[in-house]
Amino acid sequence: MEWLRVRRHIQRNMLAYIAVIPMALTVFIAYMGTMFWSVRLSLTSSRILPKYDFVGFAQYERLFETSRWVTSLENLVIIAFLFLIICFVLGFLLSVFIDQKIKAESFFRTVFLFPYAMSFIVTGLVWQWIFNPQLGIQSTMRNLGWETFTFDWIVNPNMVLYTVVIAAVWQGSGLVMALLLAGLRGIDEDLWKATKIDGIPTWRVYLSIILPMLRPMIITTVVLLSISIIKMYDVVVAMTMGGPGIASEVPAKFIMDNLFERGNIGIATAASTVLLTTVLCLIAPFIYSNYIKKSR
Amino acid sequence: MMKKLTLAMAIATLSTATIAKEEAEVMHWWTSGGESAAIKVLADSYEAKGGKWKDSAVAGGSNARSAAINRMIGGSPPTAALFNTSQQYRELIAEGMLNNIDKVALANNWDDILPQPTLNAIKVDGHFYAAPVNIHMPGWFWYSKKAFEKSGIEKEPQTAQELFAALDKLKAAGYIPLALGGQEWQENLLFATVLSNIGGKQIYMDVLGKRDEKTLNSEAFRNVVDTFLKLKPYVDAGSPGRNWNDTTSLVINNKAGIQVMGDWAKGEFTQANKVADIDYGCFPGLGDDSLYIVGGDVFVFPKTDDKQQVAAQQNLVKSMLSPATQIAFNNLKGSIPVRTDIDVSAMDVCAQKGAAILRVAERQIPDGSMLMEEYRYGTLKDAITEVWNGQNMTTDQAVTILAHSLRD
Repeated sequence: MEWLRVRRHIQRNMLAYIAVIPMALTVFIAYMGTMFWSVRLSLTSSRILPKYDFVGFAQYERLFETSRWVTSLENLVIIAFLFLIICFVLGFLLSVFIDQKIKAESFFRTVFLFPYAMSFIVTGLVWQWIFNPQLGIQSTMRNLGWETFTFDWIVNPNMVLYTVVIAAVWQGSGLVMALLLAGLRGIDEDLWKATKIDGIPTWRVYLSIILPMLRPMIITTVVLLSISIIKMYDVVVAMTMGGPGIASEVPAKFIMDNLFERGNIGIATAASTVLLTTVLCLIAPFIYSNYIKKSR
Repeated sequence: MMKKLTLAMAIATLSTATIAKEEAEVMHWWTSGGESAAIKVLADSYEAKGGKWKDSAVAGGSNARSAAINRMIGGSPPTAALFNTSQQYRELIAEGMLNNIDKVALANNWDDILPQPTLNAIKVDGHFYAAPVNIHMPGWFWYSKKAFEKSGIEKEPQTAQELFAALDKLKAAGYIPLALGGQEWQENLLFATVLSNIGGKQIYMDVLGKRDEKTLNSEAFRNVVDTFLKLKPYVDAGSPGRNWNDTTSLVINNKAGIQVMGDWAKGEFTQANKVADIDYGCFPGLGDDSLYIVGGDVFVFPKTDDKQQVAAQQNLVKSMLSPATQIAFNNLKGSIPVRTDIDVSAMDVCAQKGAAILRVAERQIPDGSMLMEEYRYGTLKDAITEVWNGQNMTTDQAVTILAHSLRD
C-alpha cells in the first residue's frame, strides 16, 4: 500500500524530478564530492601535489600547534560575536527608522543597502586609507589643529580587529535592514491599531510583539551573516593583510595562503575540514528546528 | 611525371610553411610596468630566432605558479613557466613532471658560469631542470643621500655599531630612520639581512639550511635576534601593512633614511628620475666583505614528448641566456645577469657592485627559499612577523618562537 503511494507520487511528479536531476547531480558530485575529497586529502601528507597516502591526524596536530591558526580561530570568535550583535542591532534600528513612513524612503534604502553591493576588495582599500594614521582620520584631525589626536587602531595589534569589524558592519548592516524591512512590511496594519488602542508604547510593541513575529527573517539574517563571517577573507586582505604581525588573521586567509602560496595542501585541507565541522555543528540545530521538525 | 613532382613539391612547401614557426607558450607573473618591459626583451629575443612567443601572464606570483601546476596536472602544460629560484618546483621534479635541459646547459658550460647557489637550486641528481634568467639580491640597503648629509652621516655604515649610530643620527634629525613596510615578506627580508650581516655565513647556513638546534640555541643566533628586535624602534608608526614601493618613495622623497629592500627597488628610483650615487646610495651589506643573498627567477619546462615543444623549450633557454638578452633584460628588471662571464659595464652602479661580488664564491649565500620547502619557509615567515610585531617581545621569547618554527 505504502509502496503504491510512493509510486503514484513519483509518477505524478515525474517532470519535477527530472528537472531537479542536474542540480542534484551538481550538488552531490561537485559540492559533496569535493568536500569528501578535501577531508580525504587532510589525512595525507600532500604538499604541492595531492598524494594519497595516509598519515592519520598528523596534519591536524600540526595545525593546532601553529600559533597563526589558533590566533585566527580566536579572532573569528571575537569578530563573529561583535559583528553579529552590532550588525543586527544597527540593521534593525535602520529598518525601524525606514518603516516610519519617512520621506524619500527609497533613497535611504538604497543608501543603506549600497555598501553590500560593492566589492570589499575595493572598499576595503578605502577603509584602509581612512584608518591609516598617516593618511586618514588621525592626520586630518592633526592637520586641523588637534595635535595630540590619536586614532591608530589599524596599526595597533590590540585594536586592529575592531577596524575589521567596523568595516564589516558597515557592509553587512544594510542587508539586515533590507531583510527585516521586508518582514516589517508584512506586519498587518490592524496589529498596530490594536496596540495603539491598548496604549502600549511603540518601543515595547517592537520588542515584545514585532520581533518575535519576525523570527523567520531573523533566522535567515543570522544564517547569512554567519556564513559571511566564516568566509571572511577579502576584507582582511584589503585592509590589513592579517597584520600587524598575525593580529588580524582569519581562518579563510590561513587556508588560502597555505593552499596557493605555500603549496601545503595537507594542512590547508585539514584547516578547511575543521571549519566545515564547526559550521555544521553551528547550523545543524537551526536546520533541525526549522525544517525537519516542522515537516514532522 | 613533371606535374606530379611539382604537386608534391608544392605540398611539401605548404606543409613546412605551416609548421615552420614553433610556438612557445610562456606563463609568468610579470605584469607591472618595468616587469612587462623586461619580459618583452625575452619575447623579442626568442622571436628574433624564428619562434613565436605566446604570452600567458597571470597576475601575482603564487597565482601564476598554481595556474601552471594545475595545467600540468590537467595535461595541457605551457611550454615554459616562471618560478622563483627556490624549492618551489622540487616536488614537480620528483614526480617527473619537468623536462630537463641538460643539452643546452652542458653545451654552454653552466657549471662554470653560474653562481653556486643558483646551480644548487636548478640541478637535481646531476640534471638541470630550470633556466635561471636573473639574480635578485633581496637585502640591499638603499639610502637617501640628502637625509644622510643633513643628519651628519659621512659614510656608509660598515659595522652594526655604525649602522645604529647612523640610525640614531637620522632619528635626531627628524627623519624616519628605517623605512619598513610591515608586511610579512618584507619583515622576513629584513630578518634575513640581519642574519647574514650579523650572523655571518656559517650561522646563516646552519640556521636556514640545516635548521640546527645547537645553532638556534647559540649565543651568536641570540645576538642576531637581539639586533633584529633593536631595529624596531627606528621604524615609523605607519609601517604595518605598507607596500614596499610606498615605503621606497619615503626614501625617494627624503622623508626616510634607509630602506632594506631587494634590488627591484631601483626601478622606483629610476622612475622618479633619481640617479644612483647622486640622489640615492646603495650598498649590499655592512663592510667590504658582506655576504650576497642570491635569489632570482627561473623558467621550468613541463614534461612533453612533442618534438616541436621540446625544441621550443631548448630554444627558449638559448635565447634567454644569450649575453645581449641578459644585459637588456636585467637592466629593465633591476636584477643582475645570472652569467658571471659577461661584461656588465653597460649597467648601473648598483648592478655593477652586485655583479662584482657575484664573482667571489665565498660571499654568496642562497636565499632562504632555496634552503627549505615552501611550507616550512612560510612557517618561518609567520614566526618572524609574530616576533617583530609582538608587544614586549623579549629576545629569549623571540628565539624560542623562531626555533620552534624551524623544527621538523
